[in-house]
Amino acid sequence: MNGGRVGDSPRRVGGHGRVTGAQQYVADIHLPDELHVELVTLDCARARIVSIDASDALAVPGVQLVMTPDDLPEPMPRFGPQFRDRPILAVGETKFHGDPVAAVAAETKDAAEEGARRVRVDYEELPAVFTIGGALAPDAPLVQDPSLRPGDPLAGSNVLREHRYGWGDVDAAEADLVVENSYVFPMVTHFAIEPHAFIAAPDEEGLTIWSSIQHPYWLQRVIAELVELPLARVRVVAPDPGGAFGGKQHAKYEPLVAFMALRAGRPVRLVLSLEQTFQAVRRNSAEIRVRTGFRSDGAVTFREIHADYLLGAYADISDRVVGKGAYPGNGPYRVPASRIVARSILSHTTPSTAFRGFGAPQVNWAVESNLDEGARALGLDGLEIRRRNIAARGDRFLPYDTPADGDWQQTLDRAAELVGWDRPLPDGHGRGIALGIKLGPTTGLSHATVRFLGDGSVLVLAGTSDMGQGARTVFAQVASEELGVPLGRITVVSGDTHIVPYDQQTSASRSSVLMGNAILDACRDLHEQLREMAARADGLDPARVSVERGVARLPDREVPLVEVLKVGLGKLGGELIGNGVVRKEAEPDHPLGGTAAFYELNCTAIEATVDEGTGEVVLVRHATVSDVGKALNPMQVRMQDEGAAIMGLGHTLMEHYIYDENGRLRNLGAIDYRIPTSKDLPLEMVSEIVENEDGPGPYGAKGMSEGALLCVAPAVAAAVQQATGVTIRDLPLTPQRVWEALEERRRSREPEVVS
Amino acid sequence: MPDRLTVELTVNGAPRRVEVAVHHTLLDVLRDQVGLTGTKECCVVGECGACTVIVDGLPVNSCLMLAVEADGHEVRTVEGLARVGQLNELQQAFLDRGATQCGFCIPGQLMAAQALLEKNPDPTVAEIHEALAGNLCRCAGYEQITEAVLTAAEAMRR
Repeated sequence: MNGGRVGDSPRRVGGHGRVTGAQQYVADIHLPDELHVELVTLDCARARIVSIDASDALAVPGVQLVMTPDDLPEPMPRFGPQFRDRPILAVGETKFHGDPVAAVAAETKDAAEEGARRVRVDYEELPAVFTIGGALAPDAPLVQDPSLRPGDPLAGSNVLREHRYGWGDVDAAEADLVVENSYVFPMVTHFAIEPHAFIAAPDEEGLTIWSSIQHPYWLQRVIAELVELPLARVRVVAPDPGGAFGGKQHAKYEPLVAFMALRAGRPVRLVLSLEQTFQAVRRNSAEIRVRTGFRSDGAVTFREIHADYLLGAYADISDRVVGKGAYPGNGPYRVPASRIVARSILSHTTPSTAFRGFGAPQVNWAVESNLDEGARALGLDGLEIRRRNIAARGDRFLPYDTPADGDWQQTLDRAAELVGWDRPLPDGHGRGIALGIKLGPTTGLSHATVRFLGDGSVLVLAGTSDMGQGARTVFAQVASEELGVPLGRITVVSGDTHIVPYDQQTSASRSSVLMGNAILDACRDLHEQLREMAARADGLDPARVSVERGVARLPDREVPLVEVLKVGLGKLGGELIGNGVVRKEAEPDHPLGGTAAFYELNCTAIEATVDEGTGEVVLVRHATVSDVGKALNPMQVRMQDEGAAIMGLGHTLMEHYIYDENGRLRNLGAIDYRIPTSKDLPLEMVSEIVENEDGPGPYGAKGMSEGALLCVAPAVAAAVQQATGVTIRDLPLTPQRVWEALEERRRSREPEVVS
Repeated sequence: MPDRLTVELTVNGAPRRVEVAVHHTLLDVLRDQVGLTGTKECCVVGECGACTVIVDGLPVNSCLMLAVEADGHEVRTVEGLARVGQLNELQQAFLDRGATQCGFCIPGQLMAAQALLEKNPDPTVAEIHEALAGNLCRCAGYEQITEAVLTAAEAMRR
């Protein structure tokens, strides 16, 4: 189990520091002479800022700087990965509860907090929108100033973008049964246990930023542009994030601390509270209308999807989330005709962003639930209707995109088997099964450098953020496999843009595939150099030498690559340097700008029962099966799959933001917002993987880690439906909501009392 | 009432004398004054367990305990688990069973589990779930954490 080769499960690289407390996260790093930052916010969502008076705050001992919009360049610098809509500080008006209007830097945390309390902000609360209905109302106040999107016909509304996809002739399609309903997915937050933390320090050359960020190179570009420094003068240090899940992809308060550090001429640090992270990141909520046509045998003949996603006040990457989430909304099935309309709607709420699953869990909840409603009306069970419609390997199930890249039926059947689909059910129990699919990255660029050092040890430079998925472990395994060097002699370096070559981003479950292939490419570069080295040492024609997986094959013998290296480097020593790169180019004609590098496919099957007295859903068995192509490290695959499955239980059973009528987030923090604990686990959890070595990554790997979250909700809801007879189309399935549905059912069954 | 007081406590076996602000928590003082950053800060309301330490043998959310309340007490943190560089059974089991993902909650999980095993060397799965219910893991490595605690319990009994 603890070998270091591909397919083994060696202990995590970086694991030792994680169990001893030595692992340094951003908040654990202190710089000499640093200042502490606290944000100044208002107790409402949208307000016109009349004036900001910092004099009292500046009188607090230790307060060095109060940053207001007046201290920033005019016009206010803005940033954002899709639209440059986010100001460094709120300018003119705040857009959501928690939108900072100023920031205080002081010698101590206490002084910064006291200073922030004493900044006097005169403001006038303004009407605001917090729901899809509110944002779309004809007289709705605009969230975004139309001047930010010149020439955009939608700029005069709260619709940021409308995405339209489709194929076939929906209107001409025939059906024996049409099922149409709407489904609601709540606002939920990432709740990484590490709150976001940022440090900026000026030096004689430029600026260094420490951030718990997933995309250090993207951040480097954003900061360089904002403060007008060359990339080479902006260094981003990105220690392993303490959980990210998409919430740490793009710049949040790094631009603010950068400007503050430059102004103060000293390092500044901002560590968010958990409450502030609730006001910094969340998932898009959604209302999705689905209309599906079925033939009497269960075959889907057409489907219309109208998905409205509610974004926050600034777009971040969340419009991309909408487009990429909705496009494969029909799931891993053959659907001959479909029309998909997905809208990104702005509101005066916490900015939404990427979150594990990237828009897919929302539409998956709706479409899988709708499929089950069709099945029930036709007298088919959940497994049968999925078998009838699932795409076979090679099917162009999603026109214009990558054909089905796995034996998906195998995944479906295995999950059904694991949950005991054909076994008799105890009274009051129900089963549900659902499929989830998500597109891998549509573009990508990863560089890797592998340095084969004089003593035969190896340094791998790979810019993936190791945020819990164990990327460095897998990269070390790939290098170990290719160079024949044990893991104990390999170090993987990441998280520093001054040292490690460019990597586009850590998202979309890409790293094992794209960075994995870049490392493979760098190892092949070394192989080529070692082949010539081996040939030279023996006076042979290089054509007579071959190199693979740790050894050089000469006509008369095999030589470990480490030996080839040592002999070849000779007395001077030194090292060999291998470089690798993987590019996945954009395809401008594709609806998403590029085809999927692979699909993440999961099947989740649930057995559940419901406490009719309290409405509590009890998960008896939770089976999750993911098609991963090849598990480079099976233990890491399992921990991520089971973790994703349990995370999925959060939005399914308990998590949701509650706003009051003024747009104040009322369940701010850990007391009033529940995430799954060790007491919320299914009574039994089984996870398995399908491995057909049919992925584009090293040794046939596909990306994984998001799949097991995608379809938890529809599988649980289908089990609840079978157990109780009630159909619930709004998440989460809290005890209150389930109990109310049961009450409704009880009332409707009682004969009417005529008085 | 004074703003600052001197407290004397034992941290991982070593006596410490620290002048603390009276409103600062044990968590603040451990991280910012004693310099032990293994204990993590997340919710600061005693719900997430990331800051769990052991005080006189009991697991405590160090964000809910004022530093002055630790005067005269014995505090153990994650940094005190390993003995002369040798991981203890729990730390080893967390690595072997794949219980660490991002790692941020792990110091708290380890201290809650350590306190459990010192009191109950042979816990059931339900007892482990109960004892660790106050330690949130958003990577949701609960299955692996439970397995690790069972493995460590067995190793400790040997």
